[in-house]
Amino acid sequence: MSGAHDEHGHHHHEPESVLSLRVRALESLLVEKKLVSSEAVDRIVGAYEEDIGPHNGAKVVARAWVDPSYRQRLLADGTTAIEELGFGGVDLRVVENTPGVHNLVVCTLCSCYPHALIGLPPVWYKSFEYRSRAVREPRVVLHEFGVDLPESVEIRIWDSSAELRYLVLPERPAGTEGLSEAALAELVTRDAMIGVAVVRPPAAAAR
Amino acid sequence: MNGIHDMGGMHGFGRVEREKNEPVFHAAWEARVLGISRACSAQQLFNIDESRHAIERMAPLDYLGSSYYERWLDRNVRLLVEKGVITREELQRRMAQLAGGPDPAPPHRDPKLLDRMLRATKERTPYRQPGPPPRFETGERVLTRSDAPVGHTRLPRYARGKPGVIARVHGSFIFPDTNAHGQGEQPHALYSVRFDAAELWGASAEPRAPVHLDLWERYLGPAAPARSTT
Repeated sequence: MSGAHDEHGHHHHEPESVLSLRVRALESLLVEKKLVSSEAVDRIVGAYEEDIGPHNGAKVVARAWVDPSYRQRLLADGTTAIEELGFGGVDLRVVENTPGVHNLVVCTLCSCYPHALIGLPPVWYKSFEYRSRAVREPRVVLHEFGVDLPESVEIRIWDSSAELRYLVLPERPAGTEGLSEAALAELVTRDAMIGVAVVRPPAAAAR
Repeated sequence: MNGIHDMGGMHGFGRVEREKNEPVFHAAWEARVLGISRACSAQQLFNIDESRHAIERMAPLDYLGSSYYERWLDRNVRLLVEKGVITREELQRRMAQLAGGPDPAPPHRDPKLLDRMLRATKERTPYRQPGPPPRFETGERVLTRSDAPVGHTRLPRYARGKPGVIARVHGSFIFPDTNAHGQGEQPHALYSVRFDAAELWGASAEPRAPVHLDLWERYLGPAAPARSTT
């Protein structure tokens, strides 16, 4: 990361208060013109802070792990299959990790990401570093995330260039045969659904 | 356009740095920018392609020097000014007013707007629209266009003039290259196209690391016919 950024990857052109003031002024003008209501802004922000997050996608993954016919429907038509669980807002393609294939999702042009299922993207997903490098040197990037895959494993990169979003269906970890669907969902992380992590069995996850 | 945003494959950026226990927003104003943006979309003040292109039109140094939500704020102001919804002078005046006292805007309630915004997080997106039947089928070899359009496009620079294979036919979707410029939605076939890493990156390609892109039919032509050996 260059010296122009602070530890959060942010660069401040001007004091925070001026930025904040500009945003307040914009909201005030749009409210005055009756185009925006502050309540609507509050509620949508609340939805992203409280309701819309990786726990949604984790439910989809866990269902696919325990229900082979759901898994088939999910891989064939993700958009329709997530509606069965009450999710939507996205044209979705689900890509499945197997012993021979690992999937990795990126948006090199902007920040496309399956919000409805895993919330707003972390700063690193939107960073110049990830966007520039994930397509060209995915194995090096994965190594930085602590994922080292043998060369025999194909890494499929999905650069989200249209109005479709990608979700990785990670491999179910060994030793989880006795776990309930809800307990399985607890194991599934945001990073695993982007493809920069693998799902670990409960003992390893608890460490 | 040959924009700074088109970063796939660029060299020189360092390690991907992660923040432990990252909050959803890093400052209250970021959350407001997100909410305002969602409201503007629900009010159809600008479409998704105009929105992306507005960020692409930032001066490259500003783009690189701004945080993510700073770019969003720049986008909102730029488009709202261009579309005549607000003026920059008006914004400056309101900033001065707010710095010195209470918000002069009377509160506005709009339950229908709120409903529309919340529904947009649940319902199917409207980008899939009927169009002409697809020209290519799964397994067919194609070649991407090699030109450098001046305006908005979703064919990244790293995949221009490259051979690929149709991996899936997605159906018909609104075309960003026209929709970003007031030239209509012009929906037509969208494909998942698979590119071998060596075709994209040459000798420096990693082994077994193909890239899939979602590309519209107007970005594609048939693969060059095999050379005659006679």
